[in-house]
Amino acid sequence: MTELSPDASGDMLRQTTARALRDLLTDAARAEIAGGAMPKALWSALEEFGLPYALLPEEAGGFGAPLAEALSLLSVAGERALPLPLADTMLARFLLAKAGVAAPPGMLTLAPGGEVVLDGRGRASGWAWSVPWGRHAAAVVIVSETVGGPVIFAAPQFALKVEPGVDIAGDPSDTIRFEAVATAPASFTALEARAAGAATRALMIAGALRAITAMTTQYAEERKQFGRAIGKFQAVQQNLAALAGQSASAAAAADLAAEAVAAWGAGLIPAVAAAKVRCGEAAGVGAAIAHQTHGAIGFTREHRLHHYTLRLSAWRDSYGREAEWARYLGAHLFAAGPEGLWPALTAL
Amino acid sequence: MASFAFPSPPLSPESEAFRAEIRAFLRKELADRAPIERAQSWNGVDAAFSRKLGERGWLGLTWPRRYGGHERSALERYVLLEELLAAGAPVGAHWIAERQSGPSLIRYGSEAQKLAILPRIAAGECFFCIGMSEADTGSDLASVRTRAVRTGEGWRVNGAKLWTTNAQHCQYMILLCRTGPIDPERRHAGLSQFLVDLSLPGIAIRPIANLAGERHFNEVAFVDALLPPDALLGGEGDGWAQVTGELAYERSGPERFLSSFTLLVELIRVLSPAPDERAQIAVGRLGAELITLRRMSRSVAGMLQAGADPALEAAMVKDLGALVEQAIPEVARDLIADGPPTQASRDFAAVLAYTSLHAPSFSLRGGTREILRGIIARGLGLR
Repeated sequence: MTELSPDASGDMLRQTTARALRDLLTDAARAEIAGGAMPKALWSALEEFGLPYALLPEEAGGFGAPLAEALSLLSVAGERALPLPLADTMLARFLLAKAGVAAPPGMLTLAPGGEVVLDGRGRASGWAWSVPWGRHAAAVVIVSETVGGPVIFAAPQFALKVEPGVDIAGDPSDTIRFEAVATAPASFTALEARAAGAATRALMIAGALRAITAMTTQYAEERKQFGRAIGKFQAVQQNLAALAGQSASAAAAADLAAEAVAAWGAGLIPAVAAAKVRCGEAAGVGAAIAHQTHGAIGFTREHRLHHYTLRLSAWRDSYGREAEWARYLGAHLFAAGPEGLWPALTAL
Repeated sequence: MASFAFPSPPLSPESEAFRAEIRAFLRKELADRAPIERAQSWNGVDAAFSRKLGERGWLGLTWPRRYGGHERSALERYVLLEELLAAGAPVGAHWIAERQSGPSLIRYGSEAQKLAILPRIAAGECFFCIGMSEADTGSDLASVRTRAVRTGEGWRVNGAKLWTTNAQHCQYMILLCRTGPIDPERRHAGLSQFLVDLSLPGIAIRPIANLAGERHFNEVAFVDALLPPDALLGGEGDGWAQVTGELAYERSGPERFLSSFTLLVELIRVLSPAPDERAQIAVGRLGAELITLRRMSRSVAGMLQAGADPALEAAMVKDLGALVEQAIPEVARDLIADGPPTQASRDFAAVLAYTSLHAPSFSLRGGTREILRGIIARGLGLR
């Protein structure tokens, strides 16, 4: 299903993915998605390439790369401001596999939040919100806490009542209702699943920041005012250095999150919390500098910067804003106490 | 355009075993130190403590054995440094000698200089200061005017160094000065470094009070000071290259994001056991910054261990680190309301005052924010 050798290194995997996304994500495809259509051909091509299965073991269709490396493909997706639920499908498949539940074919998505009640036969009814691409997904995967412990289930599209909505980027972010869907016990908590979702956003933010750093630097070298490239002005240089710092710091935080998801241990929540906070802040500061440098042209939908600003804003919101994760991390550090603060930091 | 890559910090099981040993030592050794003493971080000078570290073999950890070192890894040294700083150990006496002067001697010193000095640094008996800045030379280091002139007996030095931290506690300075004519076309030429014994005649040290009222930095005046011929460090005229080579070591270490760490510890202490949501969020945000910076800083340590030259990444760590160090007092003061004094609140107030009054220096020392961002902009290809 893929041209990659089983022992492909992370770098090679990322480069091949970057090329594939560059070729597939044409302006026409972007326009089709922005128009609200399900880009069937594009999604089929991603399936063909194998990306939605990247987090699975090789025998289940994965690339055979270590999990943290496979997760890093999401930063490549971020570099292209990918307006598709690739992360959601990858993660939904990963969590279903982790719980030993068979996954339906096609585009899947994961619900970042929802309310679920189980009937006497363990069937779930309830609703979920902010579901990326809920209207187009073959099934929505939900992890929920119940009295009997966490459960996981995939609510198929035919069982859903969908109220369409959009996120700040204008991408589908739907409310869904479902009744009497069969569940299975999950070996992980709903918070852990939410953290894994937050980690995917951190990785995509890091990729998008890398892209806008390069794009903005290039623009500053080309755009001339007062007879010279604006990148020659110290005020602009200082801003771009700050942007590069935000980008590098977000990348380091996102790598930490990827490693924490791969390890899936006691460090998962605090590490992802740190990463989502850092990447969310970096997204805000970074996008602001990119716009400041690009001037009026960057504030148009004609310029490609808007693809990035929109997704940075959406991913920043998705799976918990900075304050939500800062509170988890803060509570964790307070629980460690003054003498335990440093050991808690060095444990990550 | 440079990529500013921060690869995953290398795993180092032997460093983690070492960490436990260091924590046990510090718990015992620093048990009686008040928060305000811990808050001094790498400003705190305690020669006896430095000697104790030397006795344990914890100075010059990575240096060759023949120079008194212990040939352990850069990653183990990183763990030692971050544990010392996080615990608020008084490391100021030996800090510069161990971080910077010793490694410079190893790279550029003569065999005689190395044998004479390095074992004493490793023993915690010999401290160094940095003779770079002058009254008219801050960020523009190439403009130094202190001059050494070759004479029949060695070198005669005239001029004055300024903002020289801890000079009054040190036996030696590594001096950057002019040995050749000023050449406007080649501003970095004609500079040399010297190993200066500060007890020589013609050298006067005058402490200068800082914003917090402490006397850490000094003016060091040279009036016809005569240095022996073998005081030259490295090559005559190579001073600029030698100085800039030190910077990756100087800029990426844990001291670049832990300067305010004691304040965060004390903040958590006074807000415990029932922090409100606002405090949790504020501390969580700072924690996220520190966790990320620590990862970046360890990544640079890994690059140094692997023999790479992460000068750009080091500049970035220092730039981002200073922002966090300066944010901690701003956040801390906002979370604590005025109220009836208790022992804990007095301790906290003292640490807050200390850290707040040192915060302006965090984005000045070791390269100003503007200089660091200029270096990063050069890495981006803009200059």
